[in-house]
Amino acid sequence: MISLEWVKDYIDISDQDLKELAVKITQSGINVEKVITNHIDYLVIGEVVECVNHPDSDHLHVCQVNIGEKTTQIVCGAPNVRKGLKVIVALPGAILPGDFEIRSSKIRGQESNGMICALYELGLEEKTEEAYNRGIEELDSNAPVGENPMKYLGLDDTLYELDIHKHRNNDCYYHIGFAYEIGAILNREVTLPKNDYKEVADSIENYFELAVETEKCPYYSAKMVRNVKIGESPDFIKRRLTAAGMRPINNVVDISNYVMLEYGQPLHFFDKKKLGDKVVVRDAYEMEEVITLDGKTRVLKSSDIVITDGERAVCIAGVMGGANTEVEEGTTDILIEAAIFDPVSIRYTANNLDLRSEASIRYGKGLNYEYTEMALDRACHLLEKYAEAEVLSDVVKYDVIDKQNKQVIFTPSDINKILGIEISEQDMKVELERLDFPYQLENSKFIVTIPKRRLDIDPNVNDIAEEIGRLYGYQNLISTLPTVTIRRGEYVGDVKYKKMLSKRLRSLGLNEAKTYTLVSPSMAAMFPYRKKEQAILPNPMSMDKSIVRTTLLPSLLSVYRFNKAHKVEDIFLYEISKTYDKNYQEESLVSGLLCGNYLGSDWNPSVKADFYLVKGIVENILCYMGFKNRYHFEVCNEKDFHPFQSATILLDRKPIGILGRIHPMISKDEIYVFEFSLNALMGKIKPLKYKEAPKYPGMEKDMAFLFEKSIPVQEVISVIKKTGGRLLTDVSVFDVYLGSNIEEDKKSIAFKLQFMDSARTLTNEEVMDIFHKIVGKVEEEFHATLRDK
Amino acid sequence: MKNKKIEEVKVLIDKDKNAVVDLKGLNELKVKYLGKKGLISELNQEIRNIPNEEKKEFGQKVNEVRTLFNEYYDEKKKEFESVLLNEKLKKEAIDISLPATKVVSGAPNILEKLVEEVEEVFMSMGYDVVDGPEIEEDKYNFEMLNIPKGHPARDAQDTFYLEGEEILLRSQTSPVQVRTMLKGKGEIPIRVICPGKTYRRDDDDATHSHQFMQIEGLLVDKNISLSDLKGTIDVLAKKLFGPETETRFHPSYYQFTEPSVEGDISCFHCHGSGCHICKNTGWITVVGAGIVHPNVLRMSGYDPEKWSGFAFGFGADRLTMLKYGIDDCRVLYNTDLREVTTFDRKEMEWND
Repeated sequence: MISLEWVKDYIDISDQDLKELAVKITQSGINVEKVITNHIDYLVIGEVVECVNHPDSDHLHVCQVNIGEKTTQIVCGAPNVRKGLKVIVALPGAILPGDFEIRSSKIRGQESNGMICALYELGLEEKTEEAYNRGIEELDSNAPVGENPMKYLGLDDTLYELDIHKHRNNDCYYHIGFAYEIGAILNREVTLPKNDYKEVADSIENYFELAVETEKCPYYSAKMVRNVKIGESPDFIKRRLTAAGMRPINNVVDISNYVMLEYGQPLHFFDKKKLGDKVVVRDAYEMEEVITLDGKTRVLKSSDIVITDGERAVCIAGVMGGANTEVEEGTTDILIEAAIFDPVSIRYTANNLDLRSEASIRYGKGLNYEYTEMALDRACHLLEKYAEAEVLSDVVKYDVIDKQNKQVIFTPSDINKILGIEISEQDMKVELERLDFPYQLENSKFIVTIPKRRLDIDPNVNDIAEEIGRLYGYQNLISTLPTVTIRRGEYVGDVKYKKMLSKRLRSLGLNEAKTYTLVSPSMAAMFPYRKKEQAILPNPMSMDKSIVRTTLLPSLLSVYRFNKAHKVEDIFLYEISKTYDKNYQEESLVSGLLCGNYLGSDWNPSVKADFYLVKGIVENILCYMGFKNRYHFEVCNEKDFHPFQSATILLDRKPIGILGRIHPMISKDEIYVFEFSLNALMGKIKPLKYKEAPKYPGMEKDMAFLFEKSIPVQEVISVIKKTGGRLLTDVSVFDVYLGSNIEEDKKSIAFKLQFMDSARTLTNEEVMDIFHKIVGKVEEEFHATLRDK
Repeated sequence: MKNKKIEEVKVLIDKDKNAVVDLKGLNELKVKYLGKKGLISELNQEIRNIPNEEKKEFGQKVNEVRTLFNEYYDEKKKEFESVLLNEKLKKEAIDISLPATKVVSGAPNILEKLVEEVEEVFMSMGYDVVDGPEIEEDKYNFEMLNIPKGHPARDAQDTFYLEGEEILLRSQTSPVQVRTMLKGKGEIPIRVICPGKTYRRDDDDATHSHQFMQIEGLLVDKNISLSDLKGTIDVLAKKLFGPETETRFHPSYYQFTEPSVEGDISCFHCHGSGCHICKNTGWITVVGAGIVHPNVLRMSGYDPEKWSGFAFGFGADRLTMLKYGIDDCRVLYNTDLREVTTFDRKEMEWND
């Protein structure tokens, strides 16, 4: 949150329309999400001149409030309302945040012409339990009745709520950095605040020793002040902290926060007397305990950094101070810490402790040592001015920070090549000056030094191109197409197969489903036919999305149930998706679910989904992929499938999937599913070759046998084909009969056999020879009997 | 004398012809004239009694009569048969208003449909469509994209980790950029798009989903500029949202691009006058993009002194919702067949 009233201290923006300015800032890269003006109509300062209990309530009060021009009656429920109090009154017509309009009304029979407000009700403070318990805002006794309370409180401010992208946080999250951004946009200068102060002859070195024993603290500086008078902060500090969403506490604490919001540098104040005479910065011990300012005991890890007095930990560096050295009412001498810690370490510590403070957020983004120095001086300046502090001379300091300037050397054409437009050397000079980036220009080569405050800028041409480009304005970019060779793009790898199968499955009448990769334990336990161990998320958001699926069938079943619940009767689905097992082995699966009428209409006989339909669809796909005569099916018995209506799909004798009916225990409905591996099909496709239609007529012969019921027809066909040899070109089943006039445990199957030779016409004799051979073989192998024609 | 007989037969044919009412009568007539003892057959017999020199003429005349009858017969036969056929067809009348037999045809998932449209546009510009693993290594998902461990940019992508901080469900499709560049070994130009599933720890609601789809694009070649990126996004925007759609960029920040931009398209709904879709701004942000960061090129084996490129990422869910007016992203993953079946249709191109 940036207060524009505050920013005005560093840059002149008095002539700016702040809404328009917000748009300009957004266009150059810092997203102003919201412009908040605190102005509310019909707010006045009032004085409670009479306060009595409401006759029909145990907590309401009926108050007479002087609002300047008159005295009006208001019913108020706050526990702290009392006679003589100066308060903020919202009169009828006022619209409070949340579109809450104040109207005259009767509250339990008593007239009420407005509302006495708390700051949170005006949107000036977060609504916390603490704020709620505090009740209405109590104004100073000298507050002018009848006047605008926002003006009086100095809260008649405009605030920008920023959505700053991650790596620029560090320079726009504080008011001076933001002023530089405005300076670049408006081409205006920034004036830094005063930070001078007097020093007493006594040196801090007489009181303190500093030792840094960790690599995670490249910079640590401290100054000491004494004889501090703790009291209330001046109005402007209170007001600005409030605007920025921080509650004023006392002058000393407020100053540390104020400087942080100015320079982005968090400071820590230790009570010198409680601290002793030594500061040692070191890595924490594993399981080391610290009681923090909020009274909680924190258990640290060895990756955390602590500030100690040589023995005790007195502060979790960059995250929160310890209770043992806290600045309190009676504190007089203070050690001011201004340091830089390893941002990654601070972020880990804040995450581990779940303690994201204003300070830790800033440390976690990285800090600029120039401002660390300035912030320390600024704190001394303000403490001297507003807390009567005496500043001791000298600074204790540990400093191994890299101070090398980052420089970039480039020509205007380097920048223009990246942006694709022509910005002149002269215009580039202007942009660099606006940015306040020092540069030299030698033989059309810019040598730019990146200011320390811009930690986000790396020394390369792209970063400079971005800075120049965004200020020059991306609206000046033109639309060109890259100059590249002409080619047509294609689907590559498994995407190609996925697209191909997807189109085919749709043409076969299946609708594409898209379901979630993460499933619940109960879904993950279904259809375990692939015998895969599953990858389980160690920290799931919820149990119903905690396991990486190894089959899509449970998800399709959920989609089925969803549709069934919405009275959809004919449900035909497919999904093609990647799955992963415990070893993160990837497998793309093609799954389908079929239920209800496939072809036909309700009034006309129709084709219903059954085992043979799902088998037909799988065969269609496999033939489409060129695998005719390379696949077959074998009976299987897998959990959650109908034990007598399911089969393994095999390609080149290797199992690639499963098909069949879902076990009636899972659903009474007749649901058929299939699933096979897409990876198993990849790379095995042979090129299509032309095959001539037969030139010579073929011959057809029928034969029917009685078999034991349990004999699979597929096996009989295999034997027929094998026996029939080259001239037998096709075998099909044209009749299956079970029932009266054959024995109960028998079935009759009739086959049609096609004989053909591509080079000549066959004679009946030679065909009948083969025919008899086949009959003999089938009878022998299956104990079958040939039926009369 | 003989000729007179011929004339008589002619007259008789004319008379009989108008008396015939059906196919049966017509066939009787055929017998009467052309049967073994038919009138015309008899005339043929007569030829024996004709002097030789007249035979030819007589023969011709008889043939004329025969032709006359045949023509008449064929015409009548057609007429009677057509009447019969019509009677038969009449009995075959059906109620064409009864519902049709359902012919199978499945519908695509709406999100996939949109993705395919985007793929078509980019394939026509020479981009291959590739895919990468959904369970990724931290190295590809973050580190080689210039986002080292502990970097604040990771906070924005609350990631599902499977093993420590090393194995994760990819939070973006950008790791495919890295994988593609590594395959290119710093030697060949690259043009790919990668649509795919991505995962972040978000609670599912109307505008958030723990699983969503991104469409990543990467072009690496020589002398590639931000204006080239703008032109490319512009092609897609016009294709998806109509030829009058405009594109604009504003600055943004991503670790793996520099400069980074967000691309807005002019609102296809209100055309700039302001509406609920564009939140009264006239513009809708649809893409994050930028010039590939030199560090990213370098880490993947491409020398930034020689090569440059751009990368972009669309939220496929968001594009779909915008284009088809869907306001709850859970719809994309429901597969509600009452809705899905309406997606099974061809759409006209904008410039048709």
